[in-house]
Amino acid sequence: MSAHIAIIREKATDPEKLAALCPFGAIECHSDGTLEINSGCRMCRICVKNGGGAFELVEDDAEPPIDKSQWRGVAVVAELVEGRIHPVTFELLGKAGELAGKVGQPTICMLAGHNIKPLANELLSYGADEVVCYDAPELENFLIEPYTNALTDFINFRRPAVVLVGGTQSGRSLAPRAAARFRTGLTADCTFLDISPDTDLEQIRPAYGGNIMAHIGTPNRRPQFATVRYKIFPIPPKREPNGKVTMRTLAAAQLKSAVAILAATEKSRETGIEEADVLIAAGRGVKRPEDLSMLEKLAGLLNGRLASTRALVEAGWCNPKMQIGLSGRTVKPKLIITCGVSGAIQFAAGMNGSELIVAINSDPDAPIFKIADVAIVDDIYRIVPELIAKIETGAAAK
Amino acid sequence: MKIAVCIKQVPGTAQVEIDPETGTLKRDGASTKMNPFDLYAIETAMRIKEAAGAELTAVTMGPPQAEAVLREAFMMGADRAVLLSDRRFGGADVLATGYTLSQGLRAAGNFDLIVCGRQTTDGDTAQVGAELAEFLGIPHVTNVCAICEIAQDAIVADIDWPLQTARCRLPFPCLITVDKNIFEPRLPSFKLKLATAGQPITRIGMDDLPDKNEKHYGLSGSPTRVKRIFPPEAKGERIVWSGNDAPADKLHQLLTAHKFLQQL
Ligand SMILES: Cc1cc2nc3c(=O)[nH]c(=O)nc-3n(C[C@H](O)[C@H](O)[C@H](O)COP(=O)(O)OP(=O)(O)OC[C@H]3O[C@@H](n4cnc5c(N)ncnc54)[C@H](O)[C@@H]3O)c2cc1C
Ligand SMILES: Nc1ncnc2c1ncn2[C@@H]1O[C@H](COP(=O)(O)O)[C@@H](O)[C@H]1O
Repeated sequence: MSAHIAIIREKATDPEKLAALCPFGAIECHSDGTLEINSGCRMCRICVKNGGGAFELVEDDAEPPIDKSQWRGVAVVAELVEGRIHPVTFELLGKAGELAGKVGQPTICMLAGHNIKPLANELLSYGADEVVCYDAPELENFLIEPYTNALTDFINFRRPAVVLVGGTQSGRSLAPRAAARFRTGLTADCTFLDISPDTDLEQIRPAYGGNIMAHIGTPNRRPQFATVRYKIFPIPPKREPNGKVTMRTLAAAQLKSAVAILAATEKSRETGIEEADVLIAAGRGVKRPEDLSMLEKLAGLLNGRLASTRALVEAGWCNPKMQIGLSGRTVKPKLIITCGVSGAIQFAAGMNGSELIVAINSDPDAPIFKIADVAIVDDIYRIVPELIAKIETGAAAK
Repeated sequence: MKIAVCIKQVPGTAQVEIDPETGTLKRDGASTKMNPFDLYAIETAMRIKEAAGAELTAVTMGPPQAEAVLREAFMMGADRAVLLSDRRFGGADVLATGYTLSQGLRAAGNFDLIVCGRQTTDGDTAQVGAELAEFLGIPHVTNVCAICEIAQDAIVADIDWPLQTARCRLPFPCLITVDKNIFEPRLPSFKLKLATAGQPITRIGMDDLPDKNEKHYGLSGSPTRVKRIFPPEAKGERIVWSGNDAPADKLHQLLTAHKFLQQL
């Protein structure tokens, strides 16, 4: 599709102000007052909307429209970790089922690996109408060429309108490779997906580190690729498997990779605070190291982990792996309860993406309250023990 | 050996906000900088150059002002610089960016190794590297966390996977994208700044590329369309509880309502 922004000279009366409209600095104002759009243009059309008529969108010799009816179904690329299905696959199947339902098309899942047939049933029970399997020893490990070849074969075989891939490390390597092969669009890290009746995918994703959201479409190409990170969509309820399993094979040449895996070293299995759904963050409001056990207990009751500010790491009370912040870990749990944390910017930068922030601090002016959803202006030595007691009696009453 | 490193100029700050009245982006001036992730790519390329002997070319696609990041690459030790700039490259999405870079690299020379950063701070997709490798028809690996060996015909590198570190051998030509923390990027050298001040930069426009079909570049070559940009949903109303509100009680109710106590 081709289009460009045209400058309507007569209306460009205040060139400098107009140039400033562009968030990408793509409108250049020359010394003689003429404007030019340079290669920084992203076609966001902010200038068209706010330029008082000085900019116009010109659609030139539009690409002939493709026949969208030739592409049917919403596909999910399954991901394996150590022989098990990564939960992001189930999350995507849930979303795929919802989208496919809206357009009355099937949900298809592609699964590649070695000795994987037993896993196909599991995918059916999360909503796939068909699982297309590629089972070969060469697919045991993720290697880019054979995996891209399998996905290519799958797309040519089923011609899905949409391909959803987990925004995991391998997904972010595979999806772009395949999207480039099909000369089609790929939208990374979508946080919202919807579909219109002509199977156009409506994709919303954060940009600029989450400071803005962009609504993106792929109006005239198929399939439409999108990656979605783990834990963005919920896992759908399981159902009775209701669908078929189709086996496909690839030619030997398709299974070759130029990349050789020489060795693999297991990492320590200790999960970090990044993985926890619930965090209790301890700050300097904690007076003695032994008082941390009270927060540890609360973390245990909430099935969460204890984390801390740098102050407590520096004091030697907490392990550096527990530190949240600019020089520590970035966390995004479902719930974080900060206890005696001032909320210095270096700390906040590492946790302000958390879903629910509860802050307990005795100082009503503590900066942490600016980012908290629930601000509790009180003493942690009063609130925390009381809360623990309530949780315990609540549990005992059940 | 010939190495290319792909770098990008990005806005100086990610702290952009959308003006709720006008719907425009508020940015502090027009400041720009090198994509921070690409500093690691340059450093990695420099380490390989120093260890194995190589010519290092820094490549960027962007407006004329993007020359600044190429100058910075010179100050870190790059030997050559290529600026892919053309009005018709404007509005490129991942596909068109990957394609344009692949054409530019073909025009600029035969590279054995291409090094990309993990992601950019503006596009923030971490996809350009893999698309570029596909367009060049060469293998790639992402998330490289260590360079182990540079052989005559291949590179041995460690890949940082969530559960393991895998040592891989990739034959040249190939593309790698590097994680931050692979090496500490060196600071631009003042000496090199002086020495390279007049160093020419190769400018490549669409007419210099092997494929001159303008439908493959910029907005025309981009299958995706930004329909709209808008501010993220504001956080809900903030709740404040203090002493007289029985906060522990209320917090307990809140945790129950949000199902955080479910497992008990
Ligand atoms: C370059 C740089 C990088 C940094 N990186 C990090 C980082 O990664 N992570 C990080 O955490 N810090 C980092 N810091 C340090 C950061 O600036 C703060 O100093 C630190 O986060 C403060 O920790 P705190 O909130 O525990 O302590 P304080 O700032 O001392 O705050 C303690 C808070 O507890 C409250 N309080 C006291 N008693 C009670 C009570 N009984 N009940 C309730 N509230 C109480 C007080 O009102 C106060 O607000 C960095 C600093 C620099 C310069
Ligand atoms: N315009 C560009 N010019 C040169 N390299 C780029 C450009 N855009 C992206 N890259 C490279 O691709 C990597 C990933 O970018 P992205 O997919 O935008 O997150 C970057 O770290 C760069 O190495």
